[in-house]
Amino acid sequence: MGDAVAEGTGIVSTIGDAWDYLTTAQNWTGANGLTTPTYDGGWRFAQDSILALGLEHLWLSFAAVTLAVIVALPLGLFLGHVRRGGGTTVVVANVTRAMPTLALLTLFAASAIGYGNTAVILAAAIFAFPPILTNAYTGMADVDRDIRDAAVGQGLTPWQVALKVELPLAIGLVAAGLRTSTVQTVATVPLAALVAGGGLGVIVNTGLATQRYGQVLAGAVIIAALALTVDAAMARLQRTATPAPLREAAAAPA
Amino acid sequence: MYGQGMDAAPNPWFSWDYVERNWDEVSDRLVIHTTLTLQAVLIALAIAFPLAVLARRIPRLAGPITGVSGVLYTIPSFALFGLLAPFTGIGRTTVLIGLVAYALLVLVRNILVGLQGVDRDVIDAARGVGYSPCECSSPSSLPNALPSIIAGLRIATVSTVALVTVGVVVGYGGLGQLMFRGLQSDYRAQIMTATLLCLALALLLDLVLALAGRWATPWLRGRAS
Repeated sequence: MGDAVAEGTGIVSTIGDAWDYLTTAQNWTGANGLTTPTYDGGWRFAQDSILALGLEHLWLSFAAVTLAVIVALPLGLFLGHVRRGGGTTVVVANVTRAMPTLALLTLFAASAIGYGNTAVILAAAIFAFPPILTNAYTGMADVDRDIRDAAVGQGLTPWQVALKVELPLAIGLVAAGLRTSTVQTVATVPLAALVAGGGLGVIVNTGLATQRYGQVLAGAVIIAALALTVDAAMARLQRTATPAPLREAAAAPA
Repeated sequence: MYGQGMDAAPNPWFSWDYVERNWDEVSDRLVIHTTLTLQAVLIALAIAFPLAVLARRIPRLAGPITGVSGVLYTIPSFALFGLLAPFTGIGRTTVLIGLVAYALLVLVRNILVGLQGVDRDVIDAARGVGYSPCECSSPSSLPNALPSIIAGLRIATVSTVALVTVGVVVGYGGLGQLMFRGLQSDYRAQIMTATLLCLALALLLDLVLALAGRWATPWLRGRAS
């Protein structure tokens, strides 16, 4: 990390440098293609290519969210269905809010997991966990008692009540939770650069280390654009997943 | 412990010895972390309050105000510090601006919800007693909006404590600086100490705000929250 911005780094010249960085083809494709061979005969995403880092960023985010969904979604739906553990989900959400991402990342990197993308995926997955859990729980647990009673009265089994009555009513909130957690993960992954992981954070981090502030600016713009794009895409998905009559009710983000 | 060689230096997860020997540095970081958090939340509150009142008064502005703070909130902190660093330099100012931007959305939203949640009847009653519309949004509405404002302050404060650590990107991350250096020098106790202090600070500030909220809304005591 540099200690001070070089004197005379004008705003205009920084923006110009950022523009130059973004309009240089080689910065997008990398000097030697999108992948680099590793010592053990495998490959990794090239760290000098915006496209490769972007793909790596999406891959890390996808892996983290998938891990979180696999654990949190069934758990949240089940707990919501049986209406137990509401307090626990709140505690989980609060503790993870207080836990700095950097703390978990550095702790993982310093543990047996080691530096690199595995630590990043695991840390990001842990932070992706609470929104999915809380929303799945709330969605299922908040289904009107009368509706459940009516379904049970018609002879539906608990399993059918969960899948055919509660889940359709909860799906809007579940999708909202998935959106929150995905956007948050895409925003967390840049920190990977601090623990020798990949993703778009590398551009900013390298720029800061070499005092190329145009590159820092360009990297930040790319990350921000990606986050806003993913948010917009997830908002669409959330809308599509929510049954029309429920859209009004689900409009408020969780 | 994890396949270390016989000659590896001890690398415990926690060490009182480390804390004692380095207390000066650790407490310096803790103070920086705390003051940065408080400063950011207070500035954010000072900006959020008029914005929320404005959005409440002129409903047409509510969309743009929450929209802009929503976009700010969606921009990853890492990117925001990167966006600011070329212009505001490396250090405290950059981190402070970023923290304020993030606290803003939570506060604006909660203050707005609080003000909007004020019962119409309460406002009618206040008008009936002779308050002007302008006064309505202060003396009578504020107490009713208070629980929502306190809730927003608690969320904003706890998130800010965690977010300060991302400031390491621009070399000013409070306790995050210790985590980062602990990682660089592969010393786990340093990372763990900073992590525990972060969590403790968040918990303490949350507790203080919760108590302050209880004290400020005596009429809610005894009601289920």
